[in-house]
Amino acid sequence: MKRLGWLIPTLYILFLMLPIYWLVSMSFKTTNEILGSFTLFPQEFTLANYKTIFTDSTWYLGYVNSLIYVSLNTVISVAIALPAAYAFSRYRFLGDKHLFFWLLTNRMAPAAVFALPFFQLYSAVGLFDTHLAVALAHTLFNIPLAVWILEGFMSGVPKQLDETAYVDGYSFPRFFIKIFVPTIGSGVGVAAFFCFMFSWVELLLAKTLTAVAAKPIAATMTKTASSSGYELGLLAAAGALTIIPGAIVIYFVRNYIAKGFALGRV
Amino acid sequence: MNKTVNQKAWFLVLPVLALVAFNAIIPLMTVVNYSVQETFGDNTFFWAGVLWFEEILRSERFHASLGRQLFFTFSILAIEIPLGVIIALAMPRKGIWVSVCLVLMAMPLLIPWNVVGAMWNIFALPDIGLLGKMLNGMGIDYNFTRQPVAAWATLIAMDVWHWTSLVVLLAYAGLVSIPDAYYQAAKIDGASSWAIFRYIQLPKMKRVLTIAILLRFMDSFNIYTEPFVLTGGGPGNSTTLLSIDLVKLALGQFDLGPAAAMSLIYFLVILLLSWVFYTLMMRNEEQ
Repeated sequence: MKRLGWLIPTLYILFLMLPIYWLVSMSFKTTNEILGSFTLFPQEFTLANYKTIFTDSTWYLGYVNSLIYVSLNTVISVAIALPAAYAFSRYRFLGDKHLFFWLLTNRMAPAAVFALPFFQLYSAVGLFDTHLAVALAHTLFNIPLAVWILEGFMSGVPKQLDETAYVDGYSFPRFFIKIFVPTIGSGVGVAAFFCFMFSWVELLLAKTLTAVAAKPIAATMTKTASSSGYELGLLAAAGALTIIPGAIVIYFVRNYIAKGFALGRV
Repeated sequence: MNKTVNQKAWFLVLPVLALVAFNAIIPLMTVVNYSVQETFGDNTFFWAGVLWFEEILRSERFHASLGRQLFFTFSILAIEIPLGVIIALAMPRKGIWVSVCLVLMAMPLLIPWNVVGAMWNIFALPDIGLLGKMLNGMGIDYNFTRQPVAAWATLIAMDVWHWTSLVVLLAYAGLVSIPDAYYQAAKIDGASSWAIFRYIQLPKMKRVLTIAILLRFMDSFNIYTEPFVLTGGGPGNSTTLLSIDLVKLALGQFDLGPAAAMSLIYFLVILLLSWVFYTLMMRNEEQ
C-alpha cells in the first residue's frame, strides 16, 4: 500500500495534463489537420497560429489589457485590505463581526447577478471600457479574500511586536510599513497570488465592462470563436498562452499557496 | 489572541468599506429597484410590487434550473472532497516532488475559465477530441453535444478536473501542519492506518475542509463561464444552470424585472445554504 502511494498523485496529474496536452498539441496543428484527420501528435507542425497572435494587435493587446487590469486589481486589493486586516486581527470594534461576515457575503455573490448593474454603474461614472473599471469591479470578490487571508497571517504575529515598536517611538504608519508588512511578507505574497488568480480567470465581468480599449484576451477569444468560422488552431494557441502567466506565478509562490487558506480563519 | 477594544480601528476599515459599498450596495440597490418595477423599455417604470418574485418562484423554468444547480453542486462536492483528501494523503511530504506536485496540480486553477471550457470542448468533441475519440473507440456511444447524460458527465468531469486541486492544496496544508509527535504516539499504540486517519488526520483537517467545502459550494453555485462555453446550457436546456438561465433572462431577453427578482432569490439561496453549512460545521467543531 505505502509503496504504491505515488501512483495516486501520478494518475491524478496525468488526468490533469491530458486536456492541456490536447490544447497545446492542437495549437501546433493546421486547421486542415484538426478537422481533416485525427492525429495524436501534430503531423504538419506549424507555428502559424502563434505568429498570428504575436503580430495581430487585436490579439496581443488582449494579453496586455488583461495583465494591466489584473496587476491593477492585485495592487488595489492588497493595499486596501492590509490596514483592514490589521484592524480585524488586533482590535475589537463596534460591528466588527458583522462587517467581516458581510465582506465574505460579497465573495458569494454570483457575478451573473452583478453583470448588468455593474455595466450601468461604471457607465454612469464614466469608467466604462477602462482597465480601472475591471480592476475595481474585481475587488468585489478579491478584497474580502485578501482581508481573510491577511487577517490569518497577521493573527499569527505576536502582539508584542506592535507594543515594542510603539515603545521605541514608532508612529503607526511608520511601524506598519517598515516593520509589520515585511514581517508578514509571505502572507502578502499569498494574498497577491489569490487576487491575481481570481482576477486573471474571471471573464463575465471583464467582458461586460469593456468594449475595445480594455478588452481582455478571454473576450477576444470568445469573439473569434463565433465570428471567424471557428479557427480551432488559433483558439488553442491563444488558450495555451493564457496558461503561461499563471504557471510563472505559481512557481514563485509554490511553497506558500497551501498555507494561505490554512492560516485564514473560517 | 486577546484583542483590545478600539473604535478608531474603524478608520483602518474605512477604505475597504467605501470600495465594497460602491461595488456591492449601489448595484444591489439597482437590482432591488428593478425587481419591484415594470417597464416597457422606454425608461418609464411602474410599481409592480412582489409580482416578479411570485412569477419567478412559481415558474417551472426556475424550479428546473435550481434543481439542476443543486444536483450539479452536490455531485461535484461528493466527488471532489473525498478525492481531494485521498490525493492529499498520498502526496509526498518532503523532497523536490512536493514542489513538482504542487505546481502541476495548481495549474488548472490559473487557467481562465473560458479557456477551461474551450479546452474541454475540443478535448471531448466526438469527432476531433481525444476523449471523445477514445470513448467512441472503446465502443461507448458518446456525444456530449447531443446526449444530455454525456453532457452532464462531461460537465462534472470538467469541474472535477478544474477544482479538485483546490481541495488537495487545502487538505495537504492541513496534513503537513500535524506534528510528527502525533504519528509517533500512534505508532507506539499500534494504531492502524484507518485509525490514524480517523482520529488524527481527519480532525486536524476539519478546519481546512470546512473552508474547502464552503468555497467549492459558493463557487459551484456561481459557475457560469465554463458550462456556458462547454455546452451553452444544452443540449436543449439540460445543462442550463442558474447563472446561465439568469444571464439569458437579463442580457438575452432583457426582462429586467424578472431577472432582478431572480437575482435576488438566487443570491438569497446561496446566502442561506452557506449559512446553514457554516453553522452546522461550526457546531460540530464545538462538540
